Amino acid sequence: MISVGIQRAVRLGIRSLLLHKLRSALTTLGVLFGVSSVIAMLAIGEGASEEAQEQIRRLGSQNVILRSVKPNEENASSGARVLTFGLTHEDYDRIVNTFPGVKGAVPIREIPDEVRHGQIEITPRVLCTTPDYLRVTGREMSRGRFISEVDEETIANVCVLGHETARELFPLKDPLDERVRIGADYFRVVGTLLPRVRLMGDAAEAGSEVTGEIFIPRSTGSSWWGEMLARRRAGSFDMQEIDYHEIIVDVGDQDNVLFVANACREMLARNHKTRDYEIVVPLELMLRREETKRIFNIVLGSIAGISLLVGGIGIMNVMLATVTERTREIGIRRALGAKRRHIVTQFLVETVVLSVGGGLLGIVLGLIIPTAIEHFANMRTIVTPDAPIFAFMISAGIGVIFGIYPAWRAANMDPVEALRHE
Amino acid sequence: MTNNGDSSIVAELEAVSRVYQMGETRVEALADFSFQFQQGDYWAIMGSSGSGKSTLLNLLGCLDRPTSGRYLVRGTDVDELDDDDLSDLRSRELGFIFQSYNLIPQLDLLENILVPILYQDNPDPGAEDRARTLAERVGLGDRIHHLPSELSGGQQQRAAIARALINDPALILADEATGNLDTQTGQEILELFDELHAEGKTILLVTHEPEVGDRAEHVMRLSDGRIESVVRKGDKS
Ligand SMILES: Nc1ncnc2c1ncn2[C@@H]1O[C@H](COP(=O)(O)OP(=O)(O)O)[C@@H](O)[C@H]1O
Ligand SMILES: [Mg+2]
Repeated sequence: MISVGIQRAVRLGIRSLLLHKLRSALTTLGVLFGVSSVIAMLAIGEGASEEAQEQIRRLGSQNVILRSVKPNEENASSGARVLTFGLTHEDYDRIVNTFPGVKGAVPIREIPDEVRHGQIEITPRVLCTTPDYLRVTGREMSRGRFISEVDEETIANVCVLGHETARELFPLKDPLDERVRIGADYFRVVGTLLPRVRLMGDAAEAGSEVTGEIFIPRSTGSSWWGEMLARRRAGSFDMQEIDYHEIIVDVGDQDNVLFVANACREMLARNHKTRDYEIVVPLELMLRREETKRIFNIVLGSIAGISLLVGGIGIMNVMLATVTERTREIGIRRALGAKRRHIVTQFLVETVVLSVGGGLLGIVLGLIIPTAIEHFANMRTIVTPDAPIFAFMISAGIGVIFGIYPAWRAANMDPVEALRHE
Repeated sequence: MTNNGDSSIVAELEAVSRVYQMGETRVEALADFSFQFQQGDYWAIMGSSGSGKSTLLNLLGCLDRPTSGRYLVRGTDVDELDDDDLSDLRSRELGFIFQSYNLIPQLDLLENILVPILYQDNPDPGAEDRARTLAERVGLGDRIHHLPSELSGGQQQRAAIARALINDPALILADEATGNLDTQTGQEILELFDELHAEGKTILLVTHEPEVGDRAEHVMRLSDGRIESVVRKGDKS
């Protein structure tokens, strides 16, 4: 019974509003834009944050990543033909052997050499690493296997191809058990990796060797390439002596990450004269990112709140005008037996219809905008299912809150005065 | 609180006054007014402008309350009713007809006729059929889905009469019901009133036109909020 009454009230409300189509349409605009901007901004914020979190997560929230960084030219001993810097074997040993809370560490050394198969020659990152790499980074195999302990011990000439490298070197055939040449030596392909989740922040397309990777055992790398790495730069050779380009410290327990990170910081500061390293703590980045997101959400919430408030005030303003304009109608209804609550309901329903109507259109627009942004601006957006629901409830709430006063004004008019109006 | 001594009394006013206080000035729109309106009477209430006709009608219609004195509708003292009870009373016992028709613009004729039913707590399920019948009766059977703006003044007023009849009221109150109509259309409306009177309805018609007054059964003249004269045609003949 009640729902039938409400249905009728809504129907009549819509008809009253349709009497002034343009005015009603304009009135809903405030809530419409408010709601759609809330949804759109939430979607953009959520997308950006998800993107960043994804990037950070890929580094591993349980890891501490140490990287070698070429020191500033001035600091480097000038004139020296060989530049020695970065993470050392000693650093690695200290971390693995003496740090409490460290489960293991994966060293990575990058070799500047080209990779060939038949006519195809590319320059992916040639990475010398240990079997743990796979587990610690959470990468997954597509085919075959990763570098094994046996490979490491036997200094085997085997390699594992990253997804892009595999595609480029073997566009037509199965790379497994094929041979590729790295520098002057031949390596047997024992496996290929699955692509990393592509993120929009990544280098745009395949063909860019930057993202290509090829993995060989650490021991093999050391024995073929030795300590010295020659890097071709601007026509001349640039000799560098770097033990490790990167050490991924696997802490295993997220609770110990910050502790281990600090220990690494102190240890490196003590043992390195120049700042030829950097420390990346994905967890810290993540936490910082969470904080940024929280602030972002607060700012966003305030902006959205203000725009919705403005929308609500707009509706209230129009409803107050409507009530005045329809004073006579109110008088007639009262004379014909309408109680105060009937009048309150009538105007409240009209306000809620306006705001919810604006809200619904706002949701539609709010769902279109992120899609458009994704399409045209190549930005990731995520519309969480609760955003439209939230927006809908907010718009209904606005209708009630900003409708109460006009409705109350209407209901408390003196019937005789109201009938005499105009 | 009830006075069922004479059930043929529809509305009874006992020493009613209605005072408007506007700053320093005090207007006694109705002063020490006592009268009984009997069931089935057809009254024309006349008097110059400002004599208190509308004030009286508003009080009788429970849209307003006396400043002092008692007003009983079918034996119930209005003073003992709250705002909701008065609304209830209006939706069940009273029928209003206004000078400017006062149909609700966004509702079609049928819906307009049904408005009083809308506000009843337990509406009669047959009301819609009755509304159609009433529309037929006032000659608007083929117009029930028209909006008021699509009708002439006379048609609108006839719709308003149908609306006043939908709840089978104890008392029909008409304030200058023909005031906005030309003579011809006014006559048609008055004929409707005659019919209603013949059916035994109680009608109070406020007017300042003598010709209209002549049509009524009885005539009451007001002056400065008091009864100036009462002419009962039954007495005359
Ligand atoms: N709301 C009001 N405030 C002040 N004075 C009023 C009000 N309503 C009516 N009056 C006064 O009461 C008197 C009677 O008015 P009314 O009943 O409308 O007269 P009529 O309908 O006979 O022309 C007039 O003097 C009028 O000015
Ligand atoms: Mg008057």
